[in-house]
Amino acid sequence: MSPRATLATTRRVLGQLRHDPRTIALLLVVPCVLISLLAWVYDGTPVFDRIGAPLLGVFPFVVMFLVTSVATLRERTSGTLERLLTMPIAKLDFLLGYALAFGILAVLQAALASSLSLFVLGLDVAGPAWLLVLVALLDALLGMALGLLVSAFAATEFQAVQFLPAIVLPQFLLCGLLVPRDDLPGFLHGISSVLPLSYAVDAMSTVTSSSTVGAGVVGDLVVVAGCIVLALTLGAATLRRRTP
Amino acid sequence: MVKNSESGGAAVVARELRVDRGGRRVLHDVSFTVPSGTVSGLLGPSGCGKSTLMRSVVGVQIVAGGSLEVLGSPAGSADLRSRVSYVTQAPSVYADLTVLENLRYFAALLGAPRGDVERVVAEVGLESHAALLTGSLSGGQGARVSLAAALLGTPELLVLDEPTVGLDPVLRRDLWALFHQLAERGRTLLVSSHVMDEAQRCQRLLLMRDGRILADDTPSGLLARTGTDDVEAAFLSMVDAQSSVTGNEVSA
Repeated sequence: MSPRATLATTRRVLGQLRHDPRTIALLLVVPCVLISLLAWVYDGTPVFDRIGAPLLGVFPFVVMFLVTSVATLRERTSGTLERLLTMPIAKLDFLLGYALAFGILAVLQAALASSLSLFVLGLDVAGPAWLLVLVALLDALLGMALGLLVSAFAATEFQAVQFLPAIVLPQFLLCGLLVPRDDLPGFLHGISSVLPLSYAVDAMSTVTSSSTVGAGVVGDLVVVAGCIVLALTLGAATLRRRTP
Repeated sequence: MVKNSESGGAAVVARELRVDRGGRRVLHDVSFTVPSGTVSGLLGPSGCGKSTLMRSVVGVQIVAGGSLEVLGSPAGSADLRSRVSYVTQAPSVYADLTVLENLRYFAALLGAPRGDVERVVAEVGLESHAALLTGSLSGGQGARVSLAAALLGTPELLVLDEPTVGLDPVLRRDLWALFHQLAERGRTLLVSSHVMDEAQRCQRLLLMRDGRILADDTPSGLLARTGTDDVEAAFLSMVDAQSSVTGNEVSA
């Protein structure tokens, strides 16, 4: 592992994005538009204050999942991944390089959408704003790690895109945003408890209602961080230097 | 510069190398050596196993049997990653980066010295395209970007899969001259081609067909042995000789 290879990879991924300003614009603007739309739809009701913050965590999760699964699939199919794996770069450098590049983008995205929600749309959050951005960043990294993992199981970009409804939507349905997790039938509650997005949304909900950084939030974030490490480790195992 | 004492002047030594892909045998127990400091050509028709053999040498191919030693270490060893460079047949560079950005990235991974990027851009004749997006270049120019990346740093063995396909004859001549300069500096080059006339430019030849090595010789040795005037005729003569042998095996 070497910081030089990690940072070179980060710079390279950011360079690729720089040549694709439309993707950057979509990444930054779409969450802002959606959160504004949500505030408008629920204008005059308490709903926006309840689900606004959790959604600030869901957007980066979804977006990074999609971007990473397609980007990694392109590395696999274009032969660049095979070339890299014949060169002096550790798999971890490759993964961390991507994580850092997309993490920077996720922080920008979260900061922009959170600022808009708090200062313009009047989202009422008891906890500190930096915690919103931190949870959003972890959600983005979780989406990235899962996207990287599933890209190993996709042979084409069509398949990679289909993993979004397959992997992300069930987590969205069960994460407690539509129906509070405690009100779910026992079986679904059990499934919900092993899905990482549930903990990400729980953490955001706690930030919404509590002004202190309590053990609950920390516990949720530890679970999310554990899932990130697990998915990245499994993802690293799918990067093979030797192939059939 | 080249450490080859372990294998007696050979950069690559393969013994009974066997590779299966998709349930089919692609390399049938092939044995060959690539002498250090030479430009060795790997020639044969499309689909004969050239790319699989090169992938094996670089260490990205899972092999089913036999032994393969590269620069004194087993193929695919971690210490070979900065000593062996590899160009795949399809350009493996980032289409959404410029030529310079691509090369700067690979140079950073190799820890190549400053100025190396400019050197390899000049070596493949892409100075006027250096600031363009790689995806906007022609197929042959994209292939040269991929080749330039393999020239970065100081690789001791360069494994080049069809690096001159689709190139202008002037550029093709210049690249072969570059390959020979590299060999004179002690580097070893293994270059594949399906164009038989490129064989004359190599110091050693490996002729392949259907996953087997037909000949491992110098161009002149091959012509003398087969009594032919050009490599294409020599290839045909070797194929005829081999098919009569295997035909006997089948009937026996």
